[in-house]
Amino acid sequence: MTQADFVSLVMPFKDKVFRLAKRLLVSREEAEDATQEILLKLWKNKQKISDYKNVEAFSMTMTKNFCLDRLKSKQAQNLKIVHSNYQDKGHSSLQKQVEARDSVDWVSSIIETLPEQQQIIVQLRDIEQYDFAEISKMLDMNETAIRVALSRARKTIREQLTKTHSYGIK
Amino acid sequence: MVLNSIEKLLEKYDNAETTLQEEAQLRAYFASDDVAPHLESYKPLFVYFANTQQEAFTKDVPLNTKKKTNFYQWISVAAAAVIMLGIMVPQMWNSPTYSQEEMELYNKTKNALAFMSSNFNEGASSINVLEMASDNFNAGMYKANFVKEFGKTTNKFLK
Repeated sequence: MTQADFVSLVMPFKDKVFRLAKRLLVSREEAEDATQEILLKLWKNKQKISDYKNVEAFSMTMTKNFCLDRLKSKQAQNLKIVHSNYQDKGHSSLQKQVEARDSVDWVSSIIETLPEQQQIIVQLRDIEQYDFAEISKMLDMNETAIRVALSRARKTIREQLTKTHSYGIK
Repeated sequence: MVLNSIEKLLEKYDNAETTLQEEAQLRAYFASDDVAPHLESYKPLFVYFANTQQEAFTKDVPLNTKKKTNFYQWISVAAAAVIMLGIMVPQMWNSPTYSQEEMELYNKTKNALAFMSSNFNEGASSINVLEMASDNFNAGMYKANFVKEFGKTTNKFLK
């Protein structure tokens, strides 16, 4: 497999890998590093790539596992301040205030508060628009469990969103 | 009515029972400008989904082929081998052969040099004689010092 072949194989889903990584790791730099890592891993195993039935699903699974590992090791270190665990309560920065005014970004911060599993499912279903069969393959879960988790996530998001919408403040 | 069906779809959506087509329908509805006021709160959700979908991975991934680096590594090894051979081969093969005439000249020169060196040694031994003479001279000088001392004391008396 040449470099050009590989690039054309990876092209359609590399953005999806990146977005999933960003959903879980929050920071753009971390997500870029993770995506790079995933692509390099695929490139290293390029001989075996033709054996995989669905490279895209395989890569998404890999991304999910990789990012969860990252998060776990970060929690174990308990040292780094990342965007997701850093909260400036009381006097939030001007940047934050401006962001909060933009209602579209509310959605992002609401999704951030969901459990990781639900975040992944919302990402795969609502943003990447995979069907349930594909998601169940990627996450190794049955479809019913996915539907339940997704429904829970959507209801939480909606609840939070209507609350924010009706009060106008968070 | 359109609004009615959208409401139904939203309910299904919340229960995660919508198909991808139905979700696309919802997305299209909320992307338009005329959203019913009581559904306004859903708008940011679908706008966010649509926005996020645009985000792309822009960083370059260095897919270096390993062969290249190996190739360069071996070039340095080859260069070292070539240099070593370049130094050793001329020394091993070019042990010189001389003609009769040259050997004769070489021997003659050798003899001449030997002769010269023996003469030189002779000269060195006659220098030894000079050395002895200088020893005697020094002894004489030492004795002359006594005469000088004697002269000094006689001068004292004469004063």
